[in-house]
Amino acid sequence: MTINAHAAFLCNYEVMQILQQLKDNTQKKHKREASLATVTYETVHYLQDTECKSQTEEMIQKFLEGMKKFKLTKMEKLMMVNTPPRTELEIQLIVQESEERLSEEDVHAIIDLVNEIFPTPAT
Amino acid sequence: MFVLSEMKDVIRVTPEHFHQSLSESITTLLNRKLANKVVLNVGLCIALFDITHIGHSYIFPGDGSSHTEVKFRYIVFRPIVEEILIGKIRSCSRDGVHVTLGFFEDILIPVNALQHPSRFDETDQAWVWEYPKGEGEKHDLFMDSGESIRFRVTSEVFEESLPTGPLGTECPVQTIAPYRIIGGINEPGLGLLTWWEAQEQNDVGNDIDDQENDE
Repeated sequence: MTINAHAAFLCNYEVMQILQQLKDNTQKKHKREASLATVTYETVHYLQDTECKSQTEEMIQKFLEGMKKFKLTKMEKLMMVNTPPRTELEIQLIVQESEERLSEEDVHAIIDLVNEIFPTPAT
Repeated sequence: MFVLSEMKDVIRVTPEHFHQSLSESITTLLNRKLANKVVLNVGLCIALFDITHIGHSYIFPGDGSSHTEVKFRYIVFRPIVEEILIGKIRSCSRDGVHVTLGFFEDILIPVNALQHPSRFDETDQAWVWEYPKGEGEKHDLFMDSGESIRFRVTSEVFEESLPTGPLGTECPVQTIAPYRIIGGINEPGLGLLTWWEAQEQNDVGNDIDDQENDE
């Protein structure tokens, strides 16, 4: 049944947009699918508490543009979009062997970029 | 955390759906079939992304339905191993800490992947990280349910689950989780979000004391 289990990766923001659209569309119709409604509701509920709520397409694009010079993998950048690192510790967790691959200035530059582009979530 | 999976399937559209357009009924049927279900070695299916190909439809003798081969892409929850996720503690038990993401609950952080040294508090039913302060003293950091926790995905387990019997029958069906994620928090920066927020301000002790007094 499956052709390719990992055709592409989606960031939280994209999933949120798709699900929200789906929710709006199905609400117009009288009949709703129970399991689809459950899983979209629960997923949107989870995503609402993450940073993707305040992100926009332009922000993510600008962020990835700025990240190009650091030679990180696609996955590492995806994680940074999903959970923007605001401390050195968080970068160490996301980037493997970060001490060797990133200089101290790089780490600070990434944190500055995150703080500049993504607004701090209201806690 | 979320991926797109390409899949193909033969969709049986029953005559009562013939008044709809084919793509509309396929969307409904695929979502009914897959949404909120785990596909073996794929992950937890969330919602249909798009239909990439609709083949010819066939009608078989003795069945008024049309059968159509479709290729489509589905949004699937399948965090990759090593990914960092943030969830909430569902409960603690002797096996470790159970974490939930709201839409996915079968996440376990086993005892050997907790911060070291940790102990299980029987009265509170919670795991406690005995954070060493030096000079033999330690701080007890409780992992209460409902707290936000950051963890690393260390492995994933898929298990074939058996179909359940029809409703109302007394069928002994063992309920096993078809897809489980094993996580770990035994690295600096992982664990409850509040642990590390406090440390950034360089006064761990005071902050934690404050929190405990508040409770």
